[in-house]
Parts: sequence; structure tokens; C-alpha cells
Amino acid sequence: MPVRATVWRGFYQDSVVLMHVAAEVRALPGVRLAAALMGTPANHELLSSAGLATPDSKNATAADLVLAVDAATDAEAEAALAAAKGFFDERRRARESTGRALPRTLDGALKQMPDANVALISVPGDYAKLEALTALRRGLHVFLFSDNVPVGDEVELKRLALAQQRLCMGPDCGTAYLGGVGLGFANVVPRGRIGCVAAAGTGLQAVASHVATLGEGISHGIGVGGRDLSAEVGGMMTFFALRKLADDPSTDAIVIIAKPPAPEVMPQLDAAIRTITKPVVVCALGAAVPASAPATWVTTLEDAAEAAVAGIRGRAWTPRSFTDAAAVRSRVAAIAAGARPRGALLGLFTGGTLAHEARVILEPLVGPVNIDGAAPGSAHRVIDLGADEFTRGRAHPMIDVAARDSRIREAGAAADVAVLLVDLVLGRGAHPDPGPSLAAAIRDARATAERDGRTLVAIASVVGTDGDPQGLARQIAELRAADVHVLPSSAQAARSAALVLDPRLASRLLSA
Amino acid sequence: MNTTDVMPQEPLRVVNVGLELFARELEAQGVEVVHVDWRPPAGGAEIAALLGRLGD
Repeated sequence: MPVRATVWRGFYQDSVVLMHVAAEVRALPGVRLAAALMGTPANHELLSSAGLATPDSKNATAADLVLAVDAATDAEAEAALAAAKGFFDERRRARESTGRALPRTLDGALKQMPDANVALISVPGDYAKLEALTALRRGLHVFLFSDNVPVGDEVELKRLALAQQRLCMGPDCGTAYLGGVGLGFANVVPRGRIGCVAAAGTGLQAVASHVATLGEGISHGIGVGGRDLSAEVGGMMTFFALRKLADDPSTDAIVIIAKPPAPEVMPQLDAAIRTITKPVVVCALGAAVPASAPATWVTTLEDAAEAAVAGIRGRAWTPRSFTDAAAVRSRVAAIAAGARPRGALLGLFTGGTLAHEARVILEPLVGPVNIDGAAPGSAHRVIDLGADEFTRGRAHPMIDVAARDSRIREAGAAADVAVLLVDLVLGRGAHPDPGPSLAAAIRDARATAERDGRTLVAIASVVGTDGDPQGLARQIAELRAADVHVLPSSAQAARSAALVLDPRLASRLLSA
Repeated sequence: MNTTDVMPQEPLRVVNVGLELFARELEAQGVEVVHVDWRPPAGGAEIAALLGRLGD
């Protein structure tokens, strides 16, 4: 198979644009493999391992674009490279037709928009600090989507932000809502009375979507990045955001979505919450609930939304395992009556927080779950496909769904997998129509398993709203048509998976 | 530069540096956005790190 590569010097394109061009080239006749990448060291490794490296491609730098193809014939390889050039030419023509020159720097952009108030930064991590520093020094709030930013740089950025009385949302901030506008990956939710401080993008998406489903809305959702309540960062942005929401007249209740806080930060968090007169709900996945906390501590994202909505409506609230226990009971009974699934659970998630929430729910029910190197060797596994190791050189799996779809198909042939647990995250920024390809992958996996004499049960939850561009109801219908058991929340999906693995859990989970 | 806070009901005006997708999504919400045609600075990550340590 001829491998051809071409290098465009000094031609930077972002990972989402590169994903689109690679997908277009891959669909051309005779093309077996195609990659469109910037020439970073990590991407050179990817090209080599895919057998797509050439003497030319090896000279590319991080500022150079490499397009490499493996095609059936020389002519098809050349045609593929020409098609990629055509793709970029078309983009350039479309941009030029607007008659508006794009600035090359943040300062150049501020000349066009001197009253800008927010910088949304999603450049590769190596360059993120420089851009964020510039934005903060110019007095802008920063939404820092970039990851791979050292914690020392995060501390420096947040100190500067506080000195300037500005938000530094991130690094590694996936989602925020400011005054009704969603930044990054954001579901379409109404404005409302619930404010959020979130260390987790998909966590905020899930809470905001549940709040919308319950008929309420979000005032502001402030992302702070996953490390904010660590000992190093000390909760700088969480405490700043809490004060802002406490003073905000449009916010009637506050939800804190966090990773387990460092022990040395807990007293400050308690003290900060005690100064707030509005209802406060804390969802710190995996943290032990403090005995005398000044807030309502909950253990799932769904419960966080329900407790906050109950708070602003002045109603009592108690957690429940399932919205519709009868439906779950009959579904589990039907599975138990057929060929029993034999094997373990495989969770393939695009939302990191949803993956961790699944583990927190599953472990007390079914035993250790292998995730991120924790509990290695356990039969049950949950994989966060949005983690750094899976996103090097490619777009996030909420946008680029191909990697997960292929893992699902592989799971069909895995003799030890009996239950497949997946999330589907909708909203602005995500793939425009992910349901059909996820459903197709699950159908294929199940067909493979059945051919091998095994039963593969697929369980899913969808983070989304009726207002999302993908349409919540339509995406759920796609999955249900593929016989996927779709639950109303990630927590309920995890509990349902536990029931399939061990029907004896019914007495604990379905007693209500 | 604007010194008022974003938290009140002030309209967002955004400079987008990085994924163009995010600029398009903001425009779809009616937000004014200037997208930066960003590229790594000459000298790459090392120079960016150095610049990040220097004063303005």
C-alpha cells in the first residue's frame, strides 16, 4: 500500500478542523488510513505507530501540518492529498468572502473589539498560560478550555485573576454559563435561579440539563477546573465564584460540583458556605459526606439538581434510586428470563465526570471497578475516553465519536464483557448527531457477541435537553431502536447496570 | 478596558483563541465574537513558556 505524506509549513489548524479533513479524506476511494495532524512530538509517534510516517513528515514541526494517507494505489493516494488541499482552499475562500481579516493575536482581536470582556482560550496546553496571562492582564475574564497546564501555572493565573477581580475558569474547563450564554460544551438550558460552581465540565452539563428537565434554569455556571479544590490551588476560584453567586440577585440556590476537596481546604469550604444565606448543595463525587456540613451534600449529579430545585421551591427532598422503578424491574426481569449475561461491565464514557460517578455508584454494589489505574485487574472496567491519553492529536470524543464507536465494536468480541455502559453527551460543541453511529456500533457489538453465543446488554444515559441542537428525544429514540436500555440519568444507568450484573441487588435498589 | 463585572446582566463580548468551533457556537447564541487566527509563536513551546514568565 503506498503511503504518501505532505507537509504544509507554518500552517496551523485546530484539532476539530483536522478531524473534519481527515474524515473527508478517509471516505475517498482506495484510502485505507488518513491522518491530518500538527507535527508535535506526540503526533510523530502516532504517525509512526500507524505506519504513516515518511521522511518528509518526520521534519514537520508543531507549526507544520502533516497530511498522511495510506491508499490502495499511487493515484488514489495523490488524489487524497489533492482533496485535502481542496478542503483547505475552500475554507480559505469562505473566510476571505466575509471580507473581514482575522486577527493573529489576542491583542489584535482587542483592536477590533476594545470592549471585549471574556477570552475563550483552547490552544494546546504548552501555549495556554501565555494566552491566559495576556487576557487577564488586559482585564478580561478567562475561560481556559486547554488542558495539560502545570498546576504551578494555574496558581499563578488564578492569583492574577483574583488581583484583577476576574474569573479564571480553568485550565481544563469544559463548560460554563454566563448570563444565559453557554461557553465550551454547553447544553441549551433556560436562564433561571440556580447558580453553579463546577470543577467538572460534564458534571455541570449534567446538572444544568437535569435542572432544565425539572422546569428550572441556570443563572450562571462558573467552571473552575478540576484542581481548584486541591491543596496547591486552595479553592481560589471556587471561593471567588461562591461569593459572586452569593451576591448575585438572580441566583436563589447554589450547586457546587467538585472532586473530593483536599482535607486542608475543607474548613475554608465549610466557612465559605456558612456565610451564604441561600440553599447550597454540594456534589463532590467520591467524597465522604461530612457529619455537620452547612450544606446539603449529595452523591450524584442528578441528586444535586433535584436538591437545588427542591431548595428554591422550599420543598423537602429525599434521594431515590430510580425515577421509574417499575420499568427497571420489568426490564431486568426480562433480561434475567433470557440468556443470562455472563461476564463483567465495560463502561465507555466521553464525559469524565460521568465515568467517575459511575465508578462511585458501582463499587459499593458490584465490587472494585478499574478506572484510571485504580483497582487494576478488576473484572469491571470504566474508561474515560476524554482523558488526556486518548485525546492526544485528536478532538474530544464528544466531537470525534469514531474512537469510542470502534471500542464498542471491539467489546462485542470480548468474551469477558457482558454489560456495556455508555454515556451520550449532547449540546453545543458536541457532535451534531451522535446517536445513529453509537446505535450502529452497539448493534454490531451485540451481533458479534450473539454470533459467539454470548449476551451483551447495553445501557445508556443521555446528557441533554429538548433545546439541544441534536434533540434529546430523537437521540434517545435512536438508542432505544437499537434495544439500548436508556435511563434518565448516569446514576440510574449505573444502578441499572449493577442490577443486570447481580439481580439480587433488587432488594436494595428496587424496594421503593 | 472594560472594568465592570460579567456576573451582572452585561452582554458577553468574546475573543476566541483556539478551536474555531467555539466561536461558531457563540455566534449561534447571538454573542459578538472575534476569532483569532492563532498559530504557535515562532520558537514553539519553549519560547511561549519563556514569554509566560516575563512581565508584560
